Amino acid sequence: MKVHEYQAKQILRDAGVAVPEGIVAKTPADAAAAFDKLGGSIAVVKAQIHAGGRGKGTLKEHPDQRGVQLVRSREEAEQVAARLIGNTLVTIQTGPEGKVVNQVLVEAGCNIARELYLGIVLDRSAAKPVVMASSEGGVEIEKVAEETPELIFKEHFTPDRGLDDFQVRKLCSKLNLAGASVSSAMRFMKGLCRVYSELDCSMAEINPLVVTADGELMALDAKISFDDNAIFRHPQLKELRDRTEEDPYELRAGDAGLSYVKLEGNIGCLVNGAGLAMSTMDLIKLHGGEPANFLDVGGGANVQQVTEAFRILLDDKNVKAVLVNIFGGIMRCTTIANALLEAYKSVGFNVPLVVRLEGTEVEQGRKIIADSDVDIITAEGLTDAAKKVVAAATGATA
Amino acid sequence: MSILINKDTRVICQGITGKVGMFHTKGCLEYGTQMVGGVTPGKGGTTVEGLPVFDTVAEAVEQTGCDATMIFVPPAFTADAILEAVDAGLKTVIAITEGVPALDMVYVYEVVKRTGVNLVGPNCPGVITPEECKIGIMPGYIHKKGPVGVMSRSGTLTYEAVWQLSNLGLGQSTCVGLGGDPIVGTSFIDLFKMYQADDDTEAILMMGEIGGTAEEEAAAFVKQHVTKPVAAFIAGRTAPPGKRMGHAGAIISGGKGTATEKVAALEDAGIEVANGPADMGAALQRAMKRGR
Repeated sequence: MKVHEYQAKQILRDAGVAVPEGIVAKTPADAAAAFDKLGGSIAVVKAQIHAGGRGKGTLKEHPDQRGVQLVRSREEAEQVAARLIGNTLVTIQTGPEGKVVNQVLVEAGCNIARELYLGIVLDRSAAKPVVMASSEGGVEIEKVAEETPELIFKEHFTPDRGLDDFQVRKLCSKLNLAGASVSSAMRFMKGLCRVYSELDCSMAEINPLVVTADGELMALDAKISFDDNAIFRHPQLKELRDRTEEDPYELRAGDAGLSYVKLEGNIGCLVNGAGLAMSTMDLIKLHGGEPANFLDVGGGANVQQVTEAFRILLDDKNVKAVLVNIFGGIMRCTTIANALLEAYKSVGFNVPLVVRLEGTEVEQGRKIIADSDVDIITAEGLTDAAKKVVAAATGATA
Repeated sequence: MSILINKDTRVICQGITGKVGMFHTKGCLEYGTQMVGGVTPGKGGTTVEGLPVFDTVAEAVEQTGCDATMIFVPPAFTADAILEAVDAGLKTVIAITEGVPALDMVYVYEVVKRTGVNLVGPNCPGVITPEECKIGIMPGYIHKKGPVGVMSRSGTLTYEAVWQLSNLGLGQSTCVGLGGDPIVGTSFIDLFKMYQADDDTEAILMMGEIGGTAEEEAAAFVKQHVTKPVAAFIAGRTAPPGKRMGHAGAIISGGKGTATEKVAALEDAGIEVANGPADMGAALQRAMKRGR
């Protein structure tokens, strides 16, 4: 689960990790009031959306307006907020459709001496969380990793212990932080590790991490996401979820216990298991078709889930044919066959449906479909299924 | 032989009184697995499918002489269940449960590596040595005894591969589902070591997927240490970057973890790479013909 920058910063502030003073505003008037309240001669107005690259991103409605802007007066704060709120910001991470800005963060300006990078993720190979730090702040870390990997410094830690003092000192030495900055880094880095561990984050990224003119470390930006599997331990985090930031179809799928990702093609797929679902997409492509989505119904899908899955698939107007590929393990083919028939009838199918069943109770499952009066194209094996659905999709287009 | 489990393996189920645990205990019994008991705290003294239920794993070990466990407890309690099994001295722990918090696995992983316990999963379909022992949720009938070691991060994709192999007349020594979570107990490399050392395994089929670097690491290991024929398939060749495909790890980020990179690493290690998901069984057949 992702949260907004202002929410991430509040979490950091509560944990004693240094962040600039800031106030979230939902209207231009609120933004002007926030400028006054902060009391400085400058402030920064930042669009709040769940995507990075906001500083370079531009508004669809005002191509000269960026997603982050320095302001010098309450009037300017109000003006910038008026342009951002309610309009659509397009960044390198949002895709061309962009994201609507519903609120802005008005933040006190600070005196920046240097920009660094600090991030924590789970290192799968080491089976431990890892702190990544770099002297190259403010740019995309993937780019640094690609071009100058020697400028990324790593220290692993365990959730119960966090970074040890010497590890922070090692990072400081690599980052050329000295004097007062080292004690500031101790507080900052250890605090970030504590937030990561205590709240079950899947990622915590500070980019840029700035060193102020006084040598203090401060999070100029903050991006935190949480492990969905651990949210049950932190009920307070559920309140931070902003459903308007999520894709409406992926949201619907998630609510039904399905895993769905929309793609650009015209062949809808409904598969059990993530690996087989990915493979089914590959297979469609191999036979000249284009998958319209990734959809994993999971291990024990029922009639309601299959029905909802079909509704989501058919809501995509690009879809010209649908392929159901089920290898029954926990899920019996008879269950899925009955679910398919019921869902087929209640959804009102308007495109060809190709079904490939294999696994537990397959014979009975196939018989249920054969004996029914619905118009389902059955397939034997993966290749047959792919050929049939690609043909059906092409036929429907022609 | 075979790896991890065989006809002599004595198995308990942690979470046996739950609906899913009960259902699959029955399935394993029907397959011929030596299920000898189960554990559910607070339900000790009852029975499920005629098997005794204990309050603790330690008691189950004492009373039944079990040496392996199949875990179906809810995600919030899975780490604890694995640690309890390790503490009781079980050497093979197979955790089926999906949805375990990732950070819970950091300490569990340390403990299983320190104690030398074979943990498979979590979030996996389990392990099967055909016609001897099934510990997990896979449909038993698609498997056939034979010379191919099979491993995968994904459940149903493993079934698909096994089905293709069986239809080609190629049976399996042992099939292992590693699990789709960020931290799982057993890696491709751990299994390559076991298959390489196992006399019954003549060839190895690996199903990987996009994201992470596990497949590249496995390829480097195969190049150096594996003399048996190996075939592989990478799922997600057509997945777009930045979109997570179900499994926690299946995401291409920053240009890393693409199928193209993985296929190149595999081919460089002399591994026969399947052209598509329908080609997995045939690829293994080609690898065997070609040898290494």
